[in-house]
Amino acid sequence: MKSDEASQMTGTRKSYLRIVKFWRLYRKNRAAVLGLVVVTGLSILALGAPLVTSFEPLRLVARPFQSPSSQHLMGTDHMGRDLFTDVLYGARTSLQIGFLAATTSVLIGTIVGALAGYYGSYKDEILMRITEVFQVVPRLFLALAAVAIVGPTVWNVIWVIGLTSWPTTARLVRAEFLSLRERPFVEASKGLGAGDIQVIWGEIFPNATSSIVVNSSFEVARAIVLEAGLSFLGLGDANVASWGRTLQEAQSYLQRAWWTSLFPGLFIALTVLGLNLIGDGLNDALNPRLRER
Amino acid sequence: MVGAIPLVFGVVVLTFILIHLTPGDVTTVIAGDAPLSVEQITEIRRSLGLDRPLYEQFVTYVLRILQGDLGYSYISRKSVLELILDRVGFTLVLTFAPMVLASISGIMLGVMASRNQYSLGDNAISAISIIGYSIPIFWLGHLLILVFALQLDWFPAQGLISLRVRLEGPALWLDMLRHLVLPATALGLLQLALVTRLTRSSMLESLTQDYITWARSKGLPERTITFKHALRNALLPVTTLVGYQFGYLLTGAVLTETVFAWPGLGRLLVDSVFLRDFPVLTGLLIFVSFIVIIGNLLTDIAYAFLDPRIRYG
Repeated sequence: MKSDEASQMTGTRKSYLRIVKFWRLYRKNRAAVLGLVVVTGLSILALGAPLVTSFEPLRLVARPFQSPSSQHLMGTDHMGRDLFTDVLYGARTSLQIGFLAATTSVLIGTIVGALAGYYGSYKDEILMRITEVFQVVPRLFLALAAVAIVGPTVWNVIWVIGLTSWPTTARLVRAEFLSLRERPFVEASKGLGAGDIQVIWGEIFPNATSSIVVNSSFEVARAIVLEAGLSFLGLGDANVASWGRTLQEAQSYLQRAWWTSLFPGLFIALTVLGLNLIGDGLNDALNPRLRER
Repeated sequence: MVGAIPLVFGVVVLTFILIHLTPGDVTTVIAGDAPLSVEQITEIRRSLGLDRPLYEQFVTYVLRILQGDLGYSYISRKSVLELILDRVGFTLVLTFAPMVLASISGIMLGVMASRNQYSLGDNAISAISIIGYSIPIFWLGHLLILVFALQLDWFPAQGLISLRVRLEGPALWLDMLRHLVLPATALGLLQLALVTRLTRSSMLESLTQDYITWARSKGLPERTITFKHALRNALLPVTTLVGYQFGYLLTGAVLTETVFAWPGLGRLLVDSVFLRDFPVLTGLLIFVSFIVIIGNLLTDIAYAFLDPRIRYG
């Protein structure tokens, strides 16, 4: 009992030390720290939207086409909606869809990649053929068709992006599994009688997590861009604020109201940039091969 | 080559599944608001083969597509393949020129950045390329319109040709070219950022390899090492990117076309979505996937040329 506690203590201590070590490495990349600050800041703004703005999203609150002022920080659009409010609530939509869709796609991709890489032979062949099919159909085309069929609600968009975006992760995880399954520790654990599932999740998966984590950050960015593209083309949920749709509406009034395009676009770019910088930073900190360069 | 066949088949299966996910029935889409009698609906279903069992429908569907028949538009009644072929040229023009220009300059910028890692120039190139990579292309289009069309009035904001004046011959071509500049720039910048980013990291990787150290110790000039030894190896992943990302570029083209009212496939796609014109939608899906598959094949061939270790029998 006592030794159990002791080993648990060292376990916690160990993971604590690993986090400290990781943070030291991550912190070296200043751009990555900036990315973290940007994404954290945006998330706080998105969550605290009702505290930051006194208006409600998508409501007509003022005269249309007012340029940015102290009352309407980002001006108002063609219908007299407060742009600042819609951009803040749009952050909620984008981040929610981005994170949930990426979680879905990473989950599917990890399972497909793990099974293909671990079992190899014909199972690998079949799974990789399916993956390739999903890769040759351009994602926006596929997602557009799927959303058009199932209807543009937030949850449908999340599912569709998740179900169309997993191939990148699948290929990555498969490659990791292919190289890891030949290592001695896997042989050893098999020799000790571990079952397939135990070897896959208990032995190989923990060693593949760093590439999955790095990839996830880029996946969130990609999902956000895809969502923005879908709603820019008119396939977003009409009941929630969305950066893509605001940009679509801004298109007809570029000459008259530049701010209706500038601000939502800037927020998409900032979010995606932040996530990409985080991904780069994670890659530097977690990928030992490149670390000492 | 043989590997492409199951891919084409897979894409066809995928679109078939997609169509059959459609809630309700195509007949409701065709009928629109017109009140149809039960007999009329049965007749439509029969004419579309919807009354037959699913596997039979599937076989007919596959055979039809293999013969190059992508069906007919519900709305305009025209052949889907014709609709696509009418427009695909505009999309390819828009996609191809920026792809070539941006790839060449992206490789040069990437090499420049990698030669002096963490120098001011490298940091600037890296920063700009990651920013360029993060900007959504449709917003980039807006910015280009705002600055170069509306503010400076250097280029037209939208369309394929000027509608106010009648032009002929070379003047017409020049006018089209002027309309092409902004959308092509938007697409090109995206590609430039991607290629630069990848060339840089792949150059950095190959510069640390043993054979480079060996070349240095032989006393070869740094120029030769960079271009003949390192770049040749670093170009492999870049080739894959440029070739395999053709689908990504087509996606960018769709969005760019929407911003600049360019009459390519993008317009057809968006219209087919809103009119629920499913034959056009799935036809496009199959067609662009086919283009991507061809692009991938060409990439593999280019790869074999660049990498002496690979020889396809």
